[in-house]
Amino acid sequence: MSDLVQKNRVAPNNQRGPAARRADFDDLHTEPMHIQMGPSHPAMHGTVKIELDLEGEEVIDADVQIGYLHRGFEKECETGFLYQNIPYTDRLNYSSPVLNNVGYCLAVEKLFGITTPPRCQFIRVIGGELSRMADHMLALGASAMELAAFTPMLYLLEARELLLDQIDAICGARVTTNFTRIGGTLDLPEGFAAFAVERLDRALRLTADADKLLTDNPIFRERMQGTGRMAGKDLLAWGVTGPVLRAGGVPYDVRRATPYLIYGDLDFDIPIGEHGDNFDRYLVRMEEIRQSCRIVKQCLERLPDGPVNSDDRRVKWPPKRKVFGQMEELIDQFKLVLEGGYPPAGEVYHAVEGANGEVGFYIVSDGSGRAWKMRCRSPSFSNMSPLKHMLIGGQLADVVPTFGMMNMIGGECDR
Amino acid sequence: MSTEAPPSDAEKPQLSPLMVKVNARLAPLILEHREFRGDDRIHVARENILAVAGVLRDDPELAFDLLLDVTAIDYYGQPDDFELRREVWDRDHVTMRRLPRRRNLMALPEKGPHPRFAVVYHLISTSHLHRLRIKCRVPEDDPRIASLTPVWPGANWLERETWDLYGIRFEGHPDLRRIYLYDEFEGHPLRKDYGKLDEQPIQAYVGPGAKEPRRPE
Repeated sequence: MSDLVQKNRVAPNNQRGPAARRADFDDLHTEPMHIQMGPSHPAMHGTVKIELDLEGEEVIDADVQIGYLHRGFEKECETGFLYQNIPYTDRLNYSSPVLNNVGYCLAVEKLFGITTPPRCQFIRVIGGELSRMADHMLALGASAMELAAFTPMLYLLEARELLLDQIDAICGARVTTNFTRIGGTLDLPEGFAAFAVERLDRALRLTADADKLLTDNPIFRERMQGTGRMAGKDLLAWGVTGPVLRAGGVPYDVRRATPYLIYGDLDFDIPIGEHGDNFDRYLVRMEEIRQSCRIVKQCLERLPDGPVNSDDRRVKWPPKRKVFGQMEELIDQFKLVLEGGYPPAGEVYHAVEGANGEVGFYIVSDGSGRAWKMRCRSPSFSNMSPLKHMLIGGQLADVVPTFGMMNMIGGECDR
Repeated sequence: MSTEAPPSDAEKPQLSPLMVKVNARLAPLILEHREFRGDDRIHVARENILAVAGVLRDDPELAFDLLLDVTAIDYYGQPDDFELRREVWDRDHVTMRRLPRRRNLMALPEKGPHPRFAVVYHLISTSHLHRLRIKCRVPEDDPRIASLTPVWPGANWLERETWDLYGIRFEGHPDLRRIYLYDEFEGHPLRKDYGKLDEQPIQAYVGPGAKEPRRPE
């Protein structure tokens, strides 16, 4: 954080607190007002409804109501084969789908006991970090736009588009990526490294421009500093993870805490905040974009050669040429498609660091190709639960930045 | 029964460092301990869940400060752990999957002798970085368990979700409403006897702009 940011940490109006603000209006007669914000409201991106009780401009009670995007993800996954569920995970957090794909496949691979080849792990990290950057850019851009800063959003969306170009080059889709397979992934196209580095640099320049426009902007800081504040201890007790928790000063990141893929060998920093307010959440996300960029560049430099798919016959389908020519491969393909492979009976939980926090998949297998129980631990859901306590005592106008910085994604929260 | 816990521990010479610590503090309350792919899990009687959770959070050696997840499993006619008694579930399992998935057409297996539900908690300690899973069996005729909101306030929404989708009541929860579905929803959709294609009755709209009910003539 620059010195300028540290100076005047809390904007004057927010520093006075609700009691002092209320004293200004002691002689005014006001009645509590009940308003419904959402589910279809420009600032409630992702459908969610907040029922607010206001006294003047101050929020005295709030009830966050979710479920408008509930699609029965878990029920659907329990009726489909394990390999058929990968596209559903795209639709969980649709602004960073690769991270969900990777998380799901890692959980299934843990159930099977498969380790993927090194090249596959590097490619998964590249895709995941590109996706994380894109998610943060969308979150920051949308929040800035809700605070009437339209230009940074255009910058950030352009930068995001440059990252989606790279994901598009790998898997052929911008948003519904379907990036991984169980035990493998898609290989990088020819000349991807040069293509990626050029676009990453342009995206970083655009992000730096947006950073300059926002971070030292007095209006933006007035809206963000000191609002939606919650201490790190309380955030932990409420089960909050991800950038919101790290902005409260708790350095919990799954990539460091329980490293998966190749994160243990990579060199990157975990930014943490100290005040736990919206401005720190903004700064942590901004810094994570740069750190993710570092990770992608390291991976591109160190990318090993070799196969990208595991050879395990329980999950790898035989090549088509052999299926049409040989009996054993034909039977193999037939059994794998119609019965979904046979994982050992047991239960696993595997967590990855998603863009909003810990994305965990809990799979209970009865030994058949379908999961008996499939559970997604989604960060948005847990992050939204203490939102009520961040809003109470603040002003109505603070609802918008606080909600924006929680970055609730409807598909992930409601599943 | 809690008195049967020590033999299962003695059979396993390779306990993880976490389980050594957990056993030292909670051995009388742990029904059994299992390990699969490096995930430790302990089974606890549902009467003891609050006591166990309190120790897990407050003990400085364990310090489970982050409750990641609360969910339930519906073992309809199945044993507790699939990895143990394969022959028990094999026959029913096939019957249940082959038939159409409409509830009125589906032949459900017989209810087994085991309690039907299991409530599952996932914990992590952000200081020691170890993970633990707790399972509590809950019978079908009395689906109740103590709420963990006094220990971790973050259990609030997670327990509401479990109530919504599985119909397990959490005693002492401050605000146990449905969270995803509407109040008039019949049944709990993640239970195994709720078919994927089951339909709900249409609800009359009540609220601003609703039409007056037609008077009997």
